[in-house]
Amino acid sequence: MRIKADTGLCVGSGQCVLTVPAVFDQGDDGIVVLLTDRPDDETAARARHAVTLCPSRALSILRE
Amino acid sequence: MMESVTGESADVELPVERGCPFAPPAEYERLRARAPISKIRLAGDGEAWWVSGHDQARAVLADSRFSSDRRRDGFPLFTLDAETLRQLRSQPPLMLGMDGAEHSAARRPVIGEFTVRRLAGLRPRIQEIVDRFVDDMLATGRRPVDLVRALSLPVPSLVICELLGVPYTDHDFFQSRTAMMVSRTSPEDRRRALAELRAYIDDLITRKESEPGDDLFGRQIARQRQEGALDHAALVGLAFLLLTAGHETTANMISLGVVGLLTHPDQLALVKADPDRTPMAVEELLRFFSIADGVTSRLATEDVQIGGARIKAGEGVIVSILSANWDPAAFEDPAELDVERGARHHVAFGFGPHQCLGQNLARMELQIVFDTLFRRIPTLRLAAPVDELPFKSDAVIYGVHELPVTW
Ligand code: HEM
Repeated sequence: MRIKADTGLCVGSGQCVLTVPAVFDQGDDGIVVLLTDRPDDETAARARHAVTLCPSRALSILRE
Repeated sequence: MMESVTGESADVELPVERGCPFAPPAEYERLRARAPISKIRLAGDGEAWWVSGHDQARAVLADSRFSSDRRRDGFPLFTLDAETLRQLRSQPPLMLGMDGAEHSAARRPVIGEFTVRRLAGLRPRIQEIVDRFVDDMLATGRRPVDLVRALSLPVPSLVICELLGVPYTDHDFFQSRTAMMVSRTSPEDRRRALAELRAYIDDLITRKESEPGDDLFGRQIARQRQEGALDHAALVGLAFLLLTAGHETTANMISLGVVGLLTHPDQLALVKADPDRTPMAVEELLRFFSIADGVTSRLATEDVQIGGARIKAGEGVIVSILSANWDPAAFEDPAELDVERGARHHVAFGFGPHQCLGQNLARMELQIVFDTLFRRIPTLRLAAPVDELPFKSDAVIYGVHELPVTW
């Protein structure tokens, strides 16, 4: 599973950071920063959930 | 395929008051059962689309074909009186009412102030503020205490004060005016309080422009200077938006959250037993009360097919946060206040690009207040029967006017 973050769409609501801090962070400007784009098995389900919570649809899961 | 309901207006006129303080009006359930999006009549005149379903609510709020610009003709503003509407239209737009690139340009410079990390840094200070007001409650000999005045209003007011960089000596002025704005006084009193606050904020921003400090506005001013010219009106507008959007909402949610927990003792016991449950309890209380129902209105700028409805360009759309958050398709047994539900997909803070800028500040204030209040006053209880509490059943932001408590 690979995650993509579109920083142009991000509105900095922080939902992803609250949901999986091991995968998502925010820069000082509030915009999403991916700590890893390949969440491990332990965090994958929560990362998938975070993608659905993103209000601006800035996060997506890439099919590989 | 669901039937399109275009043209056929449901037999419901908005707004409807909440009857039971702990549930959406029966009309909401009827409308949702009929269709996730249906047409309704608005008080006065006119019609709008009513979005009841959770999926559809998120879809509309995330769709850029729906505009937030309240100045457009046809925008469904049924909750505002004519005078407020006139004021709104005469003022420069706030990010809340902007679309697309313009919205992004207004919101982006501020989101760095509300990151999860930056807010975590405010936690000790907010804890101090909450403790101070709880100290005062415990020190008073009088019971019952009105929790609205003792805690719910002053906490977010002081937090916003500090965020806006209001000097300590002005806190009393600031708090009395913000309390006035949301109290049950006459519309004239409220308008006067509003005008005084606006003048104060205008002056505050002017002072900050000549001596920018290390605070939210200091940083905005520095950024604007770097990028070109200072936009005084935009800064005043931002200060005002943060004040009005962040004060009454949080205050009402504090009061209702306390009512919700005190009237569901089994749920309160769970929270008291393990403060790690508080963050999820806050999410559940946000969902359960959905206090900002009706603030998320939009106007279609193109024809849109969505949830079985054919919405035409120029038609108004009202997304019901309360209905969406009680949609059984998204939340099992929605009428159950379940602090262990663990559901974060509610739309209490909206959805899409306008999703609440201050949501993580609000979350933190609520968490700290509930934890502190029930830890320091474990015997806290309502001093009036719940059905006698003055709920704001007809207000834009749901809440309670007064909340007598004792211990
Ligand atoms: C429990 C408390 C709160 C609730 C329920 C709430 C609810 C909401 C909702 C539903 C919206 C979306 C409006 C729309 O889509 O048209 C919103 C937007 C907004 N809120 Fe909150 N809010 C709360 C607290 C706060 C706080 C504490 C602040 C600031 C310190 C704040 C600042 C804002 C701002 C600036 C916007 C506009 C964002 C934009 O247009 O991009 N809110 N809020």
